[in-house]
Parts: sequence; C-alpha cells; structure tokens
Amino acid sequence: MSRDVLLFLSVFIACAVEGVEAVTIVLAAGITRGWRSAWAGSGAALALLAAIVAVLGPALTALPIGALRLVVGGLLLVFGLQWLRKAILRASGYKPLHDEEAIFAAEVAELRAAGREPARIDPFGFTVAFKGVLLEGLEVAFIAVTFGGNQHNVPLAAAAAAAAVLVVVAAGAAARAPLARVPENTLKYAVGVMLTSFGMFWGTEGAGGHWPGGDAAILALVAFTLLASALMTAGLRRRHRRGARAAPSAGAARA
Amino acid sequence: MSLLLRFLRFAYDFVVGDDPAIAVVVVLALGLVALVAAGGVAAWWVLPVAVVGALAVSLHRAAR
Repeated sequence: MSRDVLLFLSVFIACAVEGVEAVTIVLAAGITRGWRSAWAGSGAALALLAAIVAVLGPALTALPIGALRLVVGGLLLVFGLQWLRKAILRASGYKPLHDEEAIFAAEVAELRAAGREPARIDPFGFTVAFKGVLLEGLEVAFIAVTFGGNQHNVPLAAAAAAAAVLVVVAAGAAARAPLARVPENTLKYAVGVMLTSFGMFWGTEGAGGHWPGGDAAILALVAFTLLASALMTAGLRRRHRRGARAAPSAGAARA
Repeated sequence: MSLLLRFLRFAYDFVVGDDPAIAVVVVLALGLVALVAAGGVAAWWVLPVAVVGALAVSLHRAAR
C-alpha cells in the first residue's frame, strides 16, 4: 500500500514538473502565433507520443525483472542525481533559480522575432508547440513506464502521470500566463530525492543485493537522501555566503 | 545533423546531464554491488555511500 502511494506521488510530482515546462511553451506559442497552431502542434505531438509508448512500452515491461531493475535503477539514479545536484546548486545560490517567466519571455521574443505568417496553421507556432510537448511528453512517458514497470503497476503510474498532466494543463488554462508561482526548484528537489532513492533501491536489487527490511527500506532511503542533500545544501549555502562577503572586502583591500 | 544523432544527443543530455562523472560512478558502484553480493556479503551499503560521495564531489567541483 505504502509502495503504491510512493509510486503515485513520485510519478505525479515528476510528471507535474515536466508538464509545467510543456504548458509554458504551448502558452507562449498560443499567445503569440495563435491557438489553432499551438493546439495542432500539441495534438500531433501527443499522437506521436501515444504511438511511441504503445510500441516501446510493452517491450520494456517484458524484460526479465532483474535486468530491468538493474538498468532502470541505474538510469533513475543517474537521472535523479542530476536533478538533485541542480536543485542543491540552485537552493544554495550557485545557480540561478529556473525562472518560468524568463523562459516564457524568451519563447515570446523568439516567436515574435520570426514574424507572423499568413497560413491558417502557422508552421512556426506548430513546430514550437510540437517540440515542447513531444520532448516533455517523452520524459513523462519515460518516468511512467519505468516507475510503473519496475513495480508491475504501469496502470497506477500512468494514472499518476495523467493526473499530473491534467492538473498542470488545468492550471495553465485557468491562468493563461507563465506558471512562475509554481515553486519549480522545490518540486525538482523532491523529485531528485525520490528518483535517487528508488534508483538506489532498484539498482541494488537488480545487481543481486537485498535490502534489510525489504520494501520498507525505500522509506529509509528517502529519509537518508533527504538528510544528506539537506546537509550538503546547508554547507554550500554557508560557503556561498562566505564567498559573497569575502568578495567586496577583497575588492576594498585592493583599492 | 541526422534525426538519430539529435535523438541520441537529447537522450544523453536528458539522462547524463551536466556531470558525466556521476554516471560513471553509478555504473562502477552497480558493478561493485554485483561483485559484493556474488561473494555472499551484504551489499546494500554500496550505493548510499557511492551516492553521497559522488554528489559531494560533483557539488564541490561545481561550486569552485
């Protein structure tokens, strides 16, 4: 039961993050190039995504469970550590926070610079929406199929992914503006912790190891990863503040 | 650039990201888990140690 809840939450949060990025791009395309092109591009991307998942999804779940856990555990671990690393660098001040408003402004500027074209379906708006939905959608599909496949519960993972996408799309439709208020780095931090914890669990099981306490070890791994990353964030934050304080005084000494 | 190359580049950026050393450590650590487990010794501690070590070193390098 707790494993199902964790699976649902992990997939939901991870897919919500991807959904925020896709919706931001589609909003930018729709507002500047017309909604017809944005919806057409999004629809075409969703159709291609469905075909990709239909072809590759069953092949992935038909693999031997040990090999699947090893490969997917390793992938999740690498993927999760990258997310965690970026989130810690952002939280400690070493990297700018991921600003959805800046992304939106950049997309709008790029689209306006390209000029409005007279076609009923604007090719540029179509391509931008298509690219955004396809790439972010592939990430959503990857998360849902791998998480669900590992726990033999693809329907639950798919439901979590669909719920996340619906919630984000509804939020985007209601706001019709950049989703800057969604604390993206907090979401990414949480996803990084979840992916890393699941990656350690499945990677070890897939490589032939066993966890003391069985499935309950996942909760301990989440707590362990959370604690270790919080300590690293605090340490880096202190270091960043010391560096910021030292920089002006070094400049004053030189002057 | 061909579609395949662009897809491979996307897949690499998507999974490996900014620090390829993390991916190398993960692969080596999974190999160590397999070796330790095959020797009949508890191997659950390997990945947590590797994860903390890899993350700490990667963050230290990024913050320099």
